[in-house]
Amino acid sequence: MDSAFDLLALSPPGWGGNLLMGLLRTIQIAAGAYALGLCIGLFGALGKLHGGPALRWGLEIYTTVIRAVPELVLILLLYYAGTDLLNVVREAIGLERTDISGLWAGIYVIGLVQGAYSTEVFRGAFQAVPTGQIEAARAMGLPRRKVLARITLPIMLPYALPGLSNLWLITTKDTALLAVVGFSELALETKQAAGATREYFMFYMAAGALYLVLTLVSTLGFSLLERRMRRGQPQQT
Amino acid sequence: MEWYWLADYAPKFLEGLWITLQLLGLSIFFGMMLAIPIGLVQVTGPWPLAWAARAFCTVIRGTPLLIQLWLVYYGLGSLFPFIPGIRETMIWPLLREAFPYAVFAFSLSVAGYEGEIMRGAFRGVPRGELEAARAMGMSPFKVLRRVWLPRALQNVFPTLAGEFILTLKATPLAATITVFEVYSVGSIVRQETYRIYEPLLFVALIYLCLTFLLVIAFRLMERRLPRRAA
Repeated sequence: MDSAFDLLALSPPGWGGNLLMGLLRTIQIAAGAYALGLCIGLFGALGKLHGGPALRWGLEIYTTVIRAVPELVLILLLYYAGTDLLNVVREAIGLERTDISGLWAGIYVIGLVQGAYSTEVFRGAFQAVPTGQIEAARAMGLPRRKVLARITLPIMLPYALPGLSNLWLITTKDTALLAVVGFSELALETKQAAGATREYFMFYMAAGALYLVLTLVSTLGFSLLERRMRRGQPQQT
Repeated sequence: MEWYWLADYAPKFLEGLWITLQLLGLSIFFGMMLAIPIGLVQVTGPWPLAWAARAFCTVIRGTPLLIQLWLVYYGLGSLFPFIPGIRETMIWPLLREAFPYAVFAFSLSVAGYEGEIMRGAFRGVPRGELEAARAMGMSPFKVLRRVWLPRALQNVFPTLAGEFILTLKATPLAATITVFEVYSVGSIVRQETYRIYEPLLFVALIYLCLTFLLVIAFRLMERRLPRRAA
C-alpha cells in the first residue's frame, strides 16, 4: 500500500497538489455561485412578494422550471445558451467571439440554478417577519428602503439561515457536476488522476474525504453564525 | 429549431425513459429498505449501531453523489475482477453491466438522506402510542409494523415525496457511467445530429413532465393517508 499512498504526495509525480488545486477551484466556484445565487434570491423574493403580475409570473416560471429539471441538463443548457448569447452581443458591438473561462462559466451556471432555490428560501423567510414590526417601523416614519435595511432584513435572516446553510452544502456538491461538462475542479482532477494511475478506489476515496471535510467545516461555521444571528431572539427550549 | 430527428429517436427515448424509471423505482425501494433500519437504530439501537448509522448518513450527505457513483463503478468495479473465480459465478454477467452499480450507488444515497429523515420520523411518534401498543401485548416487532412505522411514514410522507423528486433529478448522473437513460439518449442525439439545443430542451421537457406527474401522484397518495381532523 505504501506506493499507492505515495501517489497522494503534494509534488509530482504525486497527485495531491492537483487535488488540492481542484479543491481550491471548487471552493472558488461554489463561493462565487453562492454569492450570485443569494443576490438573485434576494431580489427574486422581493419581486415575488411585491412585484407586479408580469414579474411575479416570470419569477414563478423561473423557480418552477429550474427546480423541476435536473441540474446536469440545466448546466449544459445554460452554458451553451450563455456562450451563444455573449457571442451574439460581442459580435453586435464589433468584438471577436470568445469562450467564457471555466471559472466564470461555472459561477454563472451554478449561480443561476441556486438563485431559484434561494428565491424560495428568502420568500419563506420574508413571510415569517411579523407584520407588526414593519407597521411599527412605518409608523416611526422610516422610508421604505430603511425599513428593508434596518428591520426586515435583520429579522428575516435568522429564519433564512438554516435553508441558506443547506443551499451552501448543495452548491459545493453541485460543483462536482461541472466535471461532466469538462470544467477543471476537484471531481475532474480526481477523475484524471484516477485514470492516469489506475488507482480509482484510492483517489475517489481521497476526493470524498476532501468534500466531507469541506462540508463538516461549513456546517460548523454556519452553526456558529446562526447562534450569533439568533442572539437577540428568545431562547427556544 | 429543427425537430426532424424526433421521430427517428422516439423509440430510443422510450427505452431510456423506461431505464430512468427502473433506476428511480429500484433505488427508492432498496434505499428505503435500508433507510428504515438506519433511522430506527439511531433512535433505539445500541450505541455502536446508532453511531455507525449516524456516520453513514454524514458521509453520504457530505460527499457529492457523482463521486459516490464513480467510486462504486470505477473503484469497486476495478476490484471485482481480482477476486479469484468470480468470472465463473452467476453474478459476473451482472457485475459487467453499469446499471447494477448505478442502482447500488443511488440506493446508498437514498438510504443516507432518507435515513436521516426516518430518524426524525421515528422520534416524532408520540411515546404514548407506543406504550399503548405494548400494553395491548404486541411484540416489539408487531409494534414496529402496526404502529411505529406507519405513524412515522405518515408524518414525513410529504418530505419523502420531495426527496424522491430530488432522486429523479439525480438519475442523469448515471449517464456518466454509461447507463443509457433519457439524458444519455439526448446526448447521443446531440452527437449524431449536431443540434445543440433541441435534444437538451426535449430532455428537460421530459424531466419537467416526470416531475409534475410524480408530484401529482404523491399528492394523490398523500390524500389517501388517514388524517385526524384537526
